[in-house]
Amino acid sequence: MFQCSQSDYDVIVIGAGHAGCEAALAAARMGQQVLLLTLNMDNVALMPCNPSIGGPAKANLVREIDALGGEMGKNIDATLMQMRMLNTRKGPAVQALRAQADRKLYQRRMKEVLETTPRLYLKEGLVEDLVTDNQQVIGVVVRNQSIAAKTVILATGTYLRAKIFLGDTVYTSGPQGQHSAEALGHNLEKLFPLARFKTGTPPRVNLRSLDYDQMTIQPGNEFFRGFSFETKGIEVEQTPCWLTYTNRETHQIIIDNLDKSAMYSGAIVGVGPRYCPSIESKVVQFPKREGHQVFVEPEGWNTSEGYLSGLSTSLPADVQQKLLQTIPGLAQVEMMRPGYAIEYDCLDPLMLNSFLEIKEYDGLFAAGQINGTSGYEEAAAQGLLAGINAALYCREEPLISLDRSQAYLGVLVDDLVLKGTNEPYRMMTSRAEYRLLLRLDNADMRLTPIAHELGLISDQRFLEFKTKWNSIEAEVARLETVQIPSTSDTNDLLADLGSSPLRHGVSLSELLKRPEIMYTDLAKFQSLPKLPRDVAEGVEITVKYQGYLKKQERAIERFRRIEGKRLPKLDFLHVRGLSREAAEKLNTSQPLTLGQASRISGVSPADISVLMIYLQQMSGNDLNG
Amino acid sequence: MFDDTIAAIATAIGEAGIGIVRLSGQEAIPIARLVFRPVRGSIDNTLNFQGKYGHIIDDRQQIVDEAIVMVMRGPRSYTGENVVEIQCHGGVVVVQRILQLVLEKGARLAEPGEFTKRAFLSGRLDLTQAEAVIDVIRAKTDVSLGLAMQQLEGSLSQRIQGLKEKLYDIIVRVEASIDFPEDDVPEVESQEMINILNNIILDIEKLISTADDGMVFREGLKTVIVGKPNVGKSSLLNRLLNENRALVTDIPGTTRDVIEEVLNLQGIPLRLLDTAGIRESEDLVEQLGVQRAMELVDQADLILHVLDRSAHLSEEDQVLLTKTAKKKRIIIINKTDLPAVWGPEALPITKSTPIVEISLITNDLDPLIRTIISLVQNGFLQRTDQSAIITRTRHKNSLLHAKEDIEQALDTLQAGLPIDLIAVGLQGAIEHFGEITGETVRENIVDRIFAQFCIGK
Repeated sequence: MFQCSQSDYDVIVIGAGHAGCEAALAAARMGQQVLLLTLNMDNVALMPCNPSIGGPAKANLVREIDALGGEMGKNIDATLMQMRMLNTRKGPAVQALRAQADRKLYQRRMKEVLETTPRLYLKEGLVEDLVTDNQQVIGVVVRNQSIAAKTVILATGTYLRAKIFLGDTVYTSGPQGQHSAEALGHNLEKLFPLARFKTGTPPRVNLRSLDYDQMTIQPGNEFFRGFSFETKGIEVEQTPCWLTYTNRETHQIIIDNLDKSAMYSGAIVGVGPRYCPSIESKVVQFPKREGHQVFVEPEGWNTSEGYLSGLSTSLPADVQQKLLQTIPGLAQVEMMRPGYAIEYDCLDPLMLNSFLEIKEYDGLFAAGQINGTSGYEEAAAQGLLAGINAALYCREEPLISLDRSQAYLGVLVDDLVLKGTNEPYRMMTSRAEYRLLLRLDNADMRLTPIAHELGLISDQRFLEFKTKWNSIEAEVARLETVQIPSTSDTNDLLADLGSSPLRHGVSLSELLKRPEIMYTDLAKFQSLPKLPRDVAEGVEITVKYQGYLKKQERAIERFRRIEGKRLPKLDFLHVRGLSREAAEKLNTSQPLTLGQASRISGVSPADISVLMIYLQQMSGNDLNG
Repeated sequence: MFDDTIAAIATAIGEAGIGIVRLSGQEAIPIARLVFRPVRGSIDNTLNFQGKYGHIIDDRQQIVDEAIVMVMRGPRSYTGENVVEIQCHGGVVVVQRILQLVLEKGARLAEPGEFTKRAFLSGRLDLTQAEAVIDVIRAKTDVSLGLAMQQLEGSLSQRIQGLKEKLYDIIVRVEASIDFPEDDVPEVESQEMINILNNIILDIEKLISTADDGMVFREGLKTVIVGKPNVGKSSLLNRLLNENRALVTDIPGTTRDVIEEVLNLQGIPLRLLDTAGIRESEDLVEQLGVQRAMELVDQADLILHVLDRSAHLSEEDQVLLTKTAKKKRIIIINKTDLPAVWGPEALPITKSTPIVEISLITNDLDPLIRTIISLVQNGFLQRTDQSAIITRTRHKNSLLHAKEDIEQALDTLQAGLPIDLIAVGLQGAIEHFGEITGETVRENIVDRIFAQFCIGK
């Protein structure tokens, strides 16, 4: 229908949410001409749900985005109102930064970064269709005008044929009264099957109408580093959040009005996430609970609007107002926007490969909620990967993927493309088998060299990164050589620290392995070099957990051995000896490596053996032929 | 391309009285060194394919068996890697023991067909042979899968299931508190966790010890003595038991009306099944007893069908003969010390059915025992039985690894280290349990978190 003789752009990104922004930035920074299309110029990088970023596993994703040269870490560092470090006593691998954002500031800063990035063109426009030519994507259609491009990245979030449910009212709309991408959903369905997912959001209230004496204050913590390696210090007077609870009266109102909830009336066909249930679901599924937590979170410095985390609902607005008033501190509450459920189209991530490319169409990538995930962090991380790969595609260079031992982003993509998902997928630390090595403090170590190679990290930053890890390495080595004698002075100091006396001299490194002794405590025994805090942190973790880290490293070596063996594109039904179930599953997923194949359910170790032999035969034939 | 060392029993049960445990991989020679004490010299300086005589020793330096150990250095070996073969006197108990020893020293139990697979991948086999390898892998896996399913239905698996639930309970609580620190998820108290983990360790140890007891009897050929009253079934049972070393008696876990006796018939474990009912009620109406006997016949690997040649074949005998016809059986014509009323030619059986004519009162049992052994040597049942051993050893191994991981978690906990490090041991252990039942534990953990806790802001 449309003739695109030459490309107007290298990359077109559809959607300027968290995935789209990272995708566009990465591709432009890698030298491509990028068009970023948004439905509404005023809603770039919108946080339509909770105004916060980070938390367990999600914070790790943000650090990984930052280590790969993405923007999310820097953006939240610059716009946060509160920071908390969660899981401080639970160990280095699961500690999690979580920031409350000023939603508007976050959007404004991101928009400015997009606007000032060379080769990036941010434009308003509703995409209606893709232009394809023989399984190759060559452009998009915006209001009957075609724009040609070498690659397209779908980052449509929750906007594809979006429907909002508010009690018994159902209407076509994106989040917060925005357009729904109707035509695009309709046209994409002609290219591949789409599924429906749903998610929900709680009511927003006027913070001036609340009584804080009846709630528990949730202040921020002291923290020494933000999300980004490049953030030197964050000067901010933190605002608190507040905690209150629902009660029996609240629950009774919910039960009495259950038939009016879109969730329970059967109006919603989409599958919702289990980790983010509506208050209706919580009350129904856990009837014995006397109360559920409600966190009151500010949405920004210059607004009185607040977010009620934990109260996601699709009850009618009048019922929402009524149930809010039963909650301590909310008796006089003034509801500004009701909560709602939203249903949207997404694709089956089994259609993707680990480069986030849609297997059936050349040059077509997808990232974020359209891939069946949820969360800003999950979306942004995928966007970055899709952006990098779209750029590599244009440069005609090999695409990159990350594996499960390298990053949470690797785990996320691997889970999605090999196992698919039947609910919006959220990252959790328990999904990662090498959790101890996928920490916040070493995200740069894991990924920055890759990003530097790609041109996403400046030489200056790379130098600083190398200096940091060289200092850690040097200090770890030094601690091993410095001996502390077993004297009464030493033992008195140890007693003060609640540690047992020495029977013979030990190295500082041995001493630091004791759980009760921190790196800074070592100064009592021997003067310490003045090290930046992130270096000291790296030293402490490296020494303290050496044995455990080594064990996981060995496990990773075993994992890599079969992970790296590449599989050619083939019809597995023709591989003799594979079970039929395995062959069918393998044909659906088309894994790129033997390791990926081994993680597909229904593929047994025997099938992997058969594949190894098959590969060997193939390479033998190649040699002969 | 492989850097782990695999081991397996390379001979079928009871075969020629020699057992071979084969090792292949980089560590094959060092591992052999740890379990083998040569009479002279060391296995390090033997020539390829030359045997070295000595003893297999256990951790307490006790001699397990005499053995000849042969070293074949790669690439000039079957698999192309370093291969060690330990040839011992055989007897399934001893071979099993030696296999266990090398596994404890760091070898991994080989998958079905894995030696052959390595041989192929190192270029020792050609393409046609490779196709055969695939068949081997497929066939053996299917057999062991079938067995695994049988085991899953047994009491062993129920106990593993119980253990796993206890461990899941802890893990799910730990993981939920890590992933959802701000939800109302109670943290697991150290002391509670210590108690539960100690408890699980005790359970695992109990299970491992019964696995050891059970190892022998479960490996035996299920053998059922059949015959109408007074033909000499009890005499046969008693003589078999008295004249052969009984390995296990009164095995726990068997049903009340079935008695199992396991005896070692020159290295072949024979698992004799008898119904208490038949024994106690020989003089009574046999209806019930016959019915039980028929059920046992269905399960049996081998039938010893006893007939009395001093009395006419009754209708009951004929009925029994048709019932046992569908099984591997030995016909024992008893009471040769009394005048014969009929001869073997009168029996409705095929020519290949082995017959032993004997007096269970006066004769030696040797002809019978030789017949049983030759049946085994001729290969029936050896394949399923061998796979059964592998499956079981694998379970025991997984249990041992699970135990080590839980002990590591306990040490970490008692050292006051944080929960993410404790979780390493817990997750390792649950993955080892998952190996036994073949489930993907990671997704289960996530599912259970959501089922158990009200999570979500």
